[in-house]
Amino acid sequence: MTRKDQSFFLTLLVPVILVLLLFIAAPIGQSIFLSFHRIIIGLPQLKTPFVGLDNYQQLLTDPVARHSFWITIIFVATTTFFELLIGLLLALMINQHFPGRGALRACILIPWAIPTVVAAQMWRFLLNDAYGMVNYAVFGSETSHYIPWLAQPATALVAIIIADIWKTSSFAALLILAGLQVIPEEIYQAAKVDGAVVWRRFWHITWPLIRPALLVALLFRTIDAFRVFDIAFVMTQGGPADATNVLQLYGYKKMFVEGWMGYGSTISVCIFIMVLSLAIIYVRMVGRRLLEASV
Amino acid sequence: MRKFLKKLGFFICITLAAIFSLAPFLLFVSSAFKTQTQVTAIPPRWLQAGSLEFFHSAIARHGILQYLMNSIIVAGTATLVTISLGTLAGYALARLPRRLAQMILMGILACAMFPQIAIAGPIWRFMRFMGWLNTYQGLILPYVSLTLPLAVWILSLFFREMPEELESAARVDGCTRLGALMRVILPLSAPGVFTAAILSFIYAWNEFFLALLIMTDPLKQTMPVGIALFQGEHTIPWGEIAAVSFITTAPLVLMVLLFQRRIVTGLSAGAMKG
Repeated sequence: MTRKDQSFFLTLLVPVILVLLLFIAAPIGQSIFLSFHRIIIGLPQLKTPFVGLDNYQQLLTDPVARHSFWITIIFVATTTFFELLIGLLLALMINQHFPGRGALRACILIPWAIPTVVAAQMWRFLLNDAYGMVNYAVFGSETSHYIPWLAQPATALVAIIIADIWKTSSFAALLILAGLQVIPEEIYQAAKVDGAVVWRRFWHITWPLIRPALLVALLFRTIDAFRVFDIAFVMTQGGPADATNVLQLYGYKKMFVEGWMGYGSTISVCIFIMVLSLAIIYVRMVGRRLLEASV
Repeated sequence: MRKFLKKLGFFICITLAAIFSLAPFLLFVSSAFKTQTQVTAIPPRWLQAGSLEFFHSAIARHGILQYLMNSIIVAGTATLVTISLGTLAGYALARLPRRLAQMILMGILACAMFPQIAIAGPIWRFMRFMGWLNTYQGLILPYVSLTLPLAVWILSLFFREMPEELESAARVDGCTRLGALMRVILPLSAPGVFTAAILSFIYAWNEFFLALLIMTDPLKQTMPVGIALFQGEHTIPWGEIAAVSFITTAPLVLMVLLFQRRIVTGLSAGAMKG
């Protein structure tokens, strides 16, 4: 490739890099900058004084923030675990050859394709305390026993976890399916001839070969679960008693509802740092190999 | 006998998977076709004589068509811009020396991993500064930046499959470089472009967080914001919410049914190569 070619191709990249710098990189930099200032939306006369690490100090002693952190950790851990488990089962199924496989794949894709706010409204409806189908399924027509799932702290958290698992397991399934598809059919045939039973075939052939795909799915899902917002916003607004007040929702409330732009930015910078650390682990573990294979 | 049991077991698993994916959604959207008393009835009334009352109310009283138009404009334009810019970048990445392309792609992909909240405050301030809150461009621009990374990745994977000889041949025939991309490479990689476009469109169509911040004027809000903030006078208007959800979801379900294979390949493009 000549120099001229190279500079031509680099020129083609300019628009994309500009857009990403302007709308992703610069805002992140500015969030970090804002997190060292006191800024209150709606009170411009207070100016925006530099306050050093005050916001960070406040964050460390903020009980709501600490609570939100643990809620988010619980949410990330349980949703990721169940999404990978169900995703694996779904992937094993849609990897088989049977009539109607395309139809089943389309069915499984539907929860992934619909907007998260629709999934959230759907669960809010199904979990309703007076006429929800979940209550009907559990208690029948005994409406006096019906449980207000979204109004109790413990069940509300479980509810947003279930809603997320339902919505996203299919995405995990697709990532895992990609790993399954590269396993040649012949290996299974050979193992069958050797008399290996189903679970032995799974354990000794499938499992080691899909581990890389599982790892990719694991890290994609963890990173994405940290950003949960839509489900909690629609289903519970973070309540009851902050039981579902996940970090991104807390940051949103501080910034845009209460108007603490500086403090809200501090929360968002902390979420950013957590996700970034995960992403670095991700790149260390699989990224290099992944990119070498694909580019 | 054993073979039969095995088949039966597998059939049960498949049925369960289909029920798990579809049943909650069908239960919910079926409310859109009921009447007010049927929606909240216990025991639930399964679909009887269908009624379009809620669709009528959503359109006539809640002005849902305006939301629909906003969604189409925002998601459609964002997809077009993403694909145009992404095609140029993906093509360049497919042709640049491997190591350099790798580094650039890594940087681009990193942009997709960041939590939206980390960019929300500054983007909101920027849009306010430009006077772009409650404007289409105020939402389209962030959507372009959020959909570009995946689109560039998928497109670069597809362009790599195209042998460079194709371009050389086209250039001998008098095409410019961009002409060769547009007339030779692009038509041949139409499936890749299409996949990237579907995924970008679904993302922009469904996005809620930024839309909530930037579009505070109901006349400019997109469907997800409308669905999330839907208010009734006394009770929750489930029938209307279900009707609007149905309208929002129908094009997506149609896409999934028609292009299931493309979506599966597109989404698994990354993991497959690992």
